[in-house]
Amino acid sequence: MSKAVLMQGNEAVVEGAIAAGARFFAGYPITPSTEIAEQSALRLPQVGGTFIQMEDELASVAAVLGASAAGVKAFTATSGPGFSLMQENIGYGMMAEIPCVIVDVQRTGPSTGLATSPSQGDYMQARWGTHGDHPVIALSPSSVLEAYRLTVRAFNLSEKYRTPVILLMDEIVGHMREGVTLPNPNELIINSRKMSFHDGANKQCYFVPEGQYVPAMKPFGRGERYNVTGLAHDVSGFPTNDNAVAGANIKRLLDKVEKNADDIIRTEEILLDDAETAVVCFGGTKRAAMDAIAALREKGEKVGLFRPVTVWPFPEKQLREKCAHVRRLLVVEHNHGQMLLQVQRAAAPAQRVDFLGRIDGTVITPDDIIAAIEGKEGEYHAQ
Amino acid sequence: MPSDLVHLFMRIDHLPHIWCPGCGNGTIMRDVAVAIQELIDDPEISLNRENVVIVSGIGCSSRAAGYLDFNSIHTTHGRAIAFASGIKLANPKLNVIVLTGDGDCSAIGGNHLIHAARRNLGLTVIAFNNNIYGMTGGQYSPTTPNGDRATTAPYGNVDRPFDIANLATGAGASFAARGDVYHVRETIDIIKEAILHKGFSLVDVYSVCPTYYGRKNKKGDAVKMLAWQRDNLIPTAKYYHMSENERAGKKIIGILSYNDYPEYTEEYARVIERASGGKKGGAAK
Amino acid sequence: MSDKFQMRFTGSGGQGVILASVIFAEAAVVKGLHAVQSQAYGPEARGGSSKAECIISHGEIWFSKVIRPDFLLALTQNALDKYAPELAGDAVVMIDDSLDAPACLDPERVVSVPILRSAKEDVGKAITANIVAVGAINELFGLFDEDVLREAVSRHIPKGTEELNFRALSVGKGLIAPELRDKYLEENEI
Repeated sequence: MSKAVLMQGNEAVVEGAIAAGARFFAGYPITPSTEIAEQSALRLPQVGGTFIQMEDELASVAAVLGASAAGVKAFTATSGPGFSLMQENIGYGMMAEIPCVIVDVQRTGPSTGLATSPSQGDYMQARWGTHGDHPVIALSPSSVLEAYRLTVRAFNLSEKYRTPVILLMDEIVGHMREGVTLPNPNELIINSRKMSFHDGANKQCYFVPEGQYVPAMKPFGRGERYNVTGLAHDVSGFPTNDNAVAGANIKRLLDKVEKNADDIIRTEEILLDDAETAVVCFGGTKRAAMDAIAALREKGEKVGLFRPVTVWPFPEKQLREKCAHVRRLLVVEHNHGQMLLQVQRAAAPAQRVDFLGRIDGTVITPDDIIAAIEGKEGEYHAQ
Repeated sequence: MPSDLVHLFMRIDHLPHIWCPGCGNGTIMRDVAVAIQELIDDPEISLNRENVVIVSGIGCSSRAAGYLDFNSIHTTHGRAIAFASGIKLANPKLNVIVLTGDGDCSAIGGNHLIHAARRNLGLTVIAFNNNIYGMTGGQYSPTTPNGDRATTAPYGNVDRPFDIANLATGAGASFAARGDVYHVRETIDIIKEAILHKGFSLVDVYSVCPTYYGRKNKKGDAVKMLAWQRDNLIPTAKYYHMSENERAGKKIIGILSYNDYPEYTEEYARVIERASGGKKGGAAK
Repeated sequence: MSDKFQMRFTGSGGQGVILASVIFAEAAVVKGLHAVQSQAYGPEARGGSSKAECIISHGEIWFSKVIRPDFLLALTQNALDKYAPELAGDAVVMIDDSLDAPACLDPERVVSVPILRSAKEDVGKAITANIVAVGAINELFGLFDEDVLREAVSRHIPKGTEELNFRALSVGKGLIAPELRDKYLEENEI
């Protein structure tokens, strides 16, 4: 008998988080992410960790940041309405450089929308949800196993770069059960934040050596009395109104993601080498695309797939390189054209960029994609 | 000459503070520092300074976190108690003290206050209650008395105010108290009790804001506002010896409610034991 | 069967049709096949009608929703009336024998068995109807060996209820006459 088990995408997130070393979850129930809270409540105390159901999403992400500042890897999970509520404190985490993972299992919006229906409408919110210029890392899985693996990777990137990382799931993957064989946790690469203790008189808790971007962290309760703030601050962690200092710090925050983009970005290419058309999609949308591509290939049509696994920062360079020879890019998303804007920006002038989207809460089917590829000019809004 | 206390417990590089002349917030910050010092010095308690974490939100009061030389985290508006909850749950041995304001903890952060009180999570919340939004220039807060004036209540405040200590009691806080900036010694003792209390504790400390609240409402200067506290806020021991007539219009300073409810992180440690089959809790990793 | 066997399970909330779909997906995983399971969420899952789906295949399964079911289970008239019209002509439908098959269905493709009554009377617990159905469906298509199916069931039921649920599987199996089994076995071989 196979060692595989049947597992839901949301459950796989919790197992991935535990494997990555997470021992704290604070959250508020919201469809379609609730199973992540339920499973965390069950699993975390089994490994000595803590689960708490907070009074709302504002409190959830605040508690997660507090726990992480106190030295424990922490995460929360939500969906659109809750993700909106979390935005201010996500920005705080970026400014104060507190690692954590925020899982957004997207549902159809705006507002309460269609609570149980799939969507990818939070793509731009993941990038620009919190105010001000800020760095963002967001990953999007397309299968249950990948939900596990990308949760581990989300924690790793978060710890390495000291910034909140968003796992941008969708209902398709979150609620789907698949057979998976999880890797042995001992075989995983696990990153943990670089720590520093006792700089002596130099209490510069945000000090970054020349040529580096990420300061080492100091947890509470270990003998170093340092300050954390969401105000513009200097290397000592105290507020500053010095514009040059404030500007340089924000630039460093942006640089730590931009200058490390090659380390952060992962993409997937399938049957692209000879492709004339590339389907560009992310997350659960890949599943319909794969069936469509298989069917079209059988008919002799040269179709491939380019998928940002890291959806933010957008893999612009990778798209240009891998799809350089492709005549036509068909962007397929469960929204009204959000990643489309990034693809249009990255595409060569001679490349045609078409679009297939859906905003009615139904799933884009392989037949929809086949019809769009076999169709003629222009955009294809299925809905 | 700064006192030893300042050298020991304040970040001298970051002083002077931003508070206006006559503001009561400095007095409350000092009360907290003295309370901590006395708990460190008390051989029966020997509070560990490195385990003290000061958490604040946004507003005048919340700048105190930056001046006090402990582990400190100055968070977002209203969310100090929620950040503090995560800190305490992640490392229950820490003494987590939240410095917050009336707006921070009872308007934008009111939800977190009542739920932390309900859970009886072992935080100590010190509300710097000056009846006004000072940082933004004098708008009415949830504790501005009905009829009083503020920049957003030019015709008098229509809202009815919260009594923060009673609010916490109503939400199930196992320790709720009131202090002020006139009765310094009494308030220090209350804060010490609050820190020592195992469950959730709240001290609503009446501050004074001569710059905005006082000026808008013709309450006089800081000295006059303190004199009002002297005459109208009565320490517990004295209050109980007063007649009904003498008590009229006066408020009590002291511990208003106290219960021995189980503390949240201790209860959760039992959850971990149950779930992990006997292994000890302790989330730190 | 074709390269994918697509199953849809329908009934009312509380009848356990979701668990039925999960058990088949789990059994496929136990056997080393590929499986994907999904279900309708929200108000539909709180009383009212309930729908769950499962796809089993020897190869990788990408698109996770069932578009063209090879099989439909209906435990309520509402569910049957709602999902029967969209079936392809060659789909097999199993219904509880208390239901009336709508005219749109080819009677040759409808298997009517006393699932609810057998659970109540033969197993002794009405709540086991979904497991009775699992036993019947498995027998009808010859999907999984008994030990595989029992392992899959065991992973999703409370400890201590194994005997009851295994009895329900047997009762379900017994509802399918051998000639009926042979008819569908051939075309849906896995």
